[in-house]
Amino acid sequence: MTTVADDEAARAALARAMMQRQAALSIRVAAVFLILIFGLPLVNWLLPQAAGASVGGFTFTWLLLGVLFYPITWLLSGYFIRESDRIEAQIAAEYPHAAGKGTAR
Amino acid sequence: MSLIPFLFVVAIIIATVGLGLYATRKASSASDFFVAGRQVSVFMNASAISGEYLSAASFMGIAGLVMKNGYDALWYPVGYAAGYLLLLLFIAGPLRRFGAYTIPDFAEGRFDSPTFRKVAVLFVLCIGFFYTMPQMKGAGVTMSTILNWPYWVGIAVVGSVITFNVALGGMKGITFVQAFQYWAKAFAISVPFFVLMSVYGGYSGALKQNADAPADAPKFARDTTLKFAGKDKAPANAVSFSPLGLTEMRFPSTGAATIDKISTARKPASGEDPITLESPSDPSVFVATPLVVTQGGVPVELNGKPVKTAPKIEFANPGQVAFTSGSYVPNSPTNRKWIEPYGTLTGKHGYPLLYTYSLIIALVCGTAGLPHILVRFYTNPDGRAAKRTTFWVMVLLGVFYVFTPMWGTLGRSLLPELYANNKTDAVVIALPRIFENKLLGEILAGITSAGAFAAFMSTFSGLLVSMSGAWAHDIYGKMLNPGATTQQRLTAFKVAAVVFGIVSMLLGLLVESFDITLMVGWAFAIAAASYFPLLLLGAWWRGLTKFGAATGMLLGGTLSLLAILTFMGIEKKWLPFDAPPLIKALLEQPAIWGVPLSLGIMIVVSLITSRHIPRDISSKMLRLHAPEEMGYSKNYVE
Repeated sequence: MTTVADDEAARAALARAMMQRQAALSIRVAAVFLILIFGLPLVNWLLPQAAGASVGGFTFTWLLLGVLFYPITWLLSGYFIRESDRIEAQIAAEYPHAAGKGTAR
Repeated sequence: MSLIPFLFVVAIIIATVGLGLYATRKASSASDFFVAGRQVSVFMNASAISGEYLSAASFMGIAGLVMKNGYDALWYPVGYAAGYLLLLLFIAGPLRRFGAYTIPDFAEGRFDSPTFRKVAVLFVLCIGFFYTMPQMKGAGVTMSTILNWPYWVGIAVVGSVITFNVALGGMKGITFVQAFQYWAKAFAISVPFFVLMSVYGGYSGALKQNADAPADAPKFARDTTLKFAGKDKAPANAVSFSPLGLTEMRFPSTGAATIDKISTARKPASGEDPITLESPSDPSVFVATPLVVTQGGVPVELNGKPVKTAPKIEFANPGQVAFTSGSYVPNSPTNRKWIEPYGTLTGKHGYPLLYTYSLIIALVCGTAGLPHILVRFYTNPDGRAAKRTTFWVMVLLGVFYVFTPMWGTLGRSLLPELYANNKTDAVVIALPRIFENKLLGEILAGITSAGAFAAFMSTFSGLLVSMSGAWAHDIYGKMLNPGATTQQRLTAFKVAAVVFGIVSMLLGLLVESFDITLMVGWAFAIAAASYFPLLLLGAWWRGLTKFGAATGMLLGGTLSLLAILTFMGIEKKWLPFDAPPLIKALLEQPAIWGVPLSLGIMIVVSLITSRHIPRDISSKMLRLHAPEEMGYSKNYVE
């Protein structure tokens, strides 16, 4: 039986498959984040009334950028870590004989 | 009167040195020095990264910037914190799995190119020195605010303490110290604020004052005597009066500032009648009143309202001036400009949307490309721990940053006189002193001063470790003396720490008249257009070649730097020409073109030189991305 480590083509296929799944997740989370951070200036620009609406003493846009933005990024990063652990466990289970040349440490 | 803050500052310095010595006792191996033995726990490492990251700009600068510019400045803390999300999504895990010591290690290992290591080292040192300058300035300014010591004393104190710590213990010595310093800073930014709030009312109430009276601006609540800077500190000697109403200034008979120049706050547009202002006949008092802008004798209108301006004066020599109670505070934006987006910060060149986007890109991408932060991810045991660390860093930073605009907001309500003599940067230290109870005020000011010191010291030590590591490991160990023993490399590290420490202190002396946040902006803009594209494409695109990566990094980084320097040259009138506002906005905030330019060059040049893609690129990609248990990860140095 040839292991993946012996074969450049197989290694390339493995790397590609693995990175595709990881990248799909990263890009998905990044898209949400980028829509939020690049969308807010547009909301401020196009809908100044909505941005300036009063919410408990804050203006809506101040509350969002000055306070709520931080917990939103925590949620995104928590979600990413959970999903990325799951994907990596799957990958490791799917390719049990993939171990290559070196070992960690 | 400033004894108590001084004692707090001494205490934080002693704690820093003591903890450093304690943690150093076991730091002996090379990996202890460079990556703290790769055994730092997730939470400790997250505290240390946050401690290192929260610099003078974060602790003092953001609160001051929010006070000065309002909503627009909120992008700074958000960008500083949210940049870690991009780092988490695309860079943290792969970088740790690749297992190199430093970013230049990554550059060489990913492209099999020792030459590229040199380019990468150059950027570590360049970004590092740009980032140390504002830390040094912060130290000098704080010491002179608290104790009236000369500017250079604070620099000498912070510089030598940290140089000593780093030379002694390397990365292991500072990890524990920086973790401690995060908690010191978090305490210092939050607890005094709660005490302030319990007496003077909350965050949303202070914001509401601005939202409810958009056409108004802060006024002096009592007669206030202020110290002003002279011509040698320009532009800090300038006072632009409010076009809303009257401001009365009295010059004391002794030690008064003297007027150098009188002009108008608003630059006249072409065609408008020039306004000439005469020096007052009574030299002991100056009354500024709104001035109507006219064109051909007819008042100019904008949106149906007459356009007004007000006098602007520049002082010749440093001295005192007294403002009469009820006067409008000079140099302060109106409530509307302050609380609404697109005010004085992003709107200054007339292209607020462009400026905002460029600022966001610089902050978010720059954070993900700072070498002294990235080097810390190697101290995690594995890629999984690197990701968890990033998550905790985001939590710790968010908890800290959410407080910074609160200081700026309360500062505007309670201590607006900081606008008048351009001292908004000191709001975190000055605000606690408004308490009736002087002892309480001094103690709280002591806590925030100690927090500010923790900020300069932790960031400077991180920068010094990354620069000394780059020297000892990348330049000495790999280029000058490849056969060096571990002992020789450790000696090189220590020598480098001392030399770089001294150079940083000298550089700090040169930048007294530069803005802290502006200087940090240089480092971010360079990092965003150099390291960020390198790491992003290097980790995810197999087609990136060393030629592509190196040209993109060099051109993107240096052009961004040149743009910022050109803008400064224009602003400070060192250059004999002016530029149209659009160009000025793009020069001041180059990320919006610098980052895409760098990425674009990397892609195009890589496609042209595609035969230089390393032969074992698939193995490299597996090493970057395969989970540890698959056995592709590797450490460069055990």
